[in-house]
Amino acid sequence: MAYLSNEKILELEKKANDIRESIVLMLTEAGSGHTAGALGMADIFTLLYFHILNHDPKNPLWTERDRLVLSNGHICPVLYATLAHAGYFPIEELSTLRKFGSRLQGHPHRTYLPFVETSSGPLGSGLSQAIGMALADRIDGSISLTTSNRYIYCLMSDGELDEGNSWEAIMLAGKNKLKNLIAIIDRNSIQIDGNTEDIMPLEPLTDKWRAFNWKVLQVSGHDFKKINEKIEIAKENEDGPTVIIAHTIPGKGVKEFEYDYKWHGKAPNQKEEKMAMKELEEINFTI
Amino acid sequence: MFNPKLKLNTKIFSNEVEKVSMRDGFGLGLLEAGGQNKNVVALCADLKESTAMNLFAEKFPNRFIEVGVAEQNLVTVASGMASMGKIPFCASYAIFSPGRNWEQIRTTIAYNNQPVKIIGSHVGVSVGADGGSHQALEDIALMRVLPNMQIFSPCDASEAKKITKQIIEIGSPAYMRLNREKTPVITTEETPFEIGKAQIFWLPEVGLADVGIITTGSLICQALIAAKELETLGVKTKVLNLATIKIIDEDSIIKLAKETRAIVTVEEHQIAGGMGGAVAEVLAQNYPVPIEFIGVKNSFGQSGTASELLKYYEMDKDSIKRAVQKVLKRKI
Repeated sequence: MAYLSNEKILELEKKANDIRESIVLMLTEAGSGHTAGALGMADIFTLLYFHILNHDPKNPLWTERDRLVLSNGHICPVLYATLAHAGYFPIEELSTLRKFGSRLQGHPHRTYLPFVETSSGPLGSGLSQAIGMALADRIDGSISLTTSNRYIYCLMSDGELDEGNSWEAIMLAGKNKLKNLIAIIDRNSIQIDGNTEDIMPLEPLTDKWRAFNWKVLQVSGHDFKKINEKIEIAKENEDGPTVIIAHTIPGKGVKEFEYDYKWHGKAPNQKEEKMAMKELEEINFTI
Repeated sequence: MFNPKLKLNTKIFSNEVEKVSMRDGFGLGLLEAGGQNKNVVALCADLKESTAMNLFAEKFPNRFIEVGVAEQNLVTVASGMASMGKIPFCASYAIFSPGRNWEQIRTTIAYNNQPVKIIGSHVGVSVGADGGSHQALEDIALMRVLPNMQIFSPCDASEAKKITKQIIEIGSPAYMRLNREKTPVITTEETPFEIGKAQIFWLPEVGLADVGIITTGSLICQALIAAKELETLGVKTKVLNLATIKIIDEDSIIKLAKETRAIVTVEEHQIAGGMGGAVAEVLAQNYPVPIEFIGVKNSFGQSGTASELLKYYEMDKDSIKRAVQKVLKRKI
């Protein structure tokens, strides 16, 4: 088990806060983009890239790396900021987000940043691609416990579960008992037009995934220790794929942004940036 | 006369001409490709036998994925497999793939530039009895507009087999369209095939041609019969088989236009957005000449036999002959 010490948790909390600051700065500089989901998923991205994933920023295309597919590409500021803080590219480059000539496209593009596993933006197809990766590994025989420990992670949103393609994928992974596949849902309960349960109710969500032959775990998306434990449980699941429903606070870290669906698809202005940075700096002092 | 260099099947004007399904050509090609390259994998959406993928599935069960009736999943799973170094073939009916799943193909295959091979069967009105809902007339248009996508449209089973074996070598996405019905065997094992190179199948015995007929898919039979009958009327034609629609063979098209200064295009597809449009784009920019288009004119198909439908929708040999006569009159 990838043990998580209290010291490491503090280190991760500080890193996640740094990443949130970068997200606020880059979105304000860009003048558009998605704030709530990016801030809400900062803890999970930090845990994955600084503790869980087998990867090497110095050798980004290392063939044995774990694969992480970001299905809901609109929260890419958190992906970019995490990659930069992990050493994939200079942190200064974050200020080019959404600008002409930038590698940091408004939604991720695989050929602009080849270590981003796939281009995404249009919703509902990330899990299918993660399944394709898991199937490819199974064909190669590399998921038997004796040869490789590689896992395929798919980070997805709750809103994109409205897409039919998502359920086609969920059904296929269950059929094929893909134990090397771990999906993590950002269950922040908001989407562009409102709260998920008003727009298109997803509950009972755990029952739905279970009915499709997945192991279902739930966790707070901001508790490093518990998320780590759930991922370990998922890795030990020999029966098939596991989904972790991570309950997150959209806009996490900035009180004025939290829980408000209006922050799903907009960027802070300069005044809001100042206020947000002040709050995040205060959090930093308390860690 | 037939181009003697291509070793074509000269029996195509006889009633005893052998007919083979293009799908069978694809199935055999995929089987051989699978034997040659262990990275070749196949995915199907509940149409294994109908797309002739069953041959591969039986020989390589570990490399065959059945996704059920779920074409959006079909191509996106394939994209994920391609990102791990596999060469996936996805087969379904063209109405469903690339019909239903166009955005998934755009984003996860074309935009990602993943070398997924999409096989769309049951194209054109010659699908017949199933009716308009199952007759794909828009697939070339859907795929032509995607950067990175290459498009193939074989004229018979043998060419379908050759294309299948060759496209595993191109590191880009590809789409190949296939007819449902058995179609006359025109090419032979000895007929050479090279991706991106159009081939003259028919040419005058002496002198230059009056009209160039550019065809894609199985309608080349109708074009060849038309060419032979026109010859007896003193109209000399060349028939160019455009099996690679994209990346299009500009040189061969321009050369034919320079010789004939009058072109007829023939395809079993909507005229809008089809192969004829691609030819027109090339010629308008390089060597403008009059063009007549044989294809479906802004309508859907319906049930019937293939020959009834080809005649009704004016894609049979008589319609091609009329188009040739018409373009001759427009020649400057």
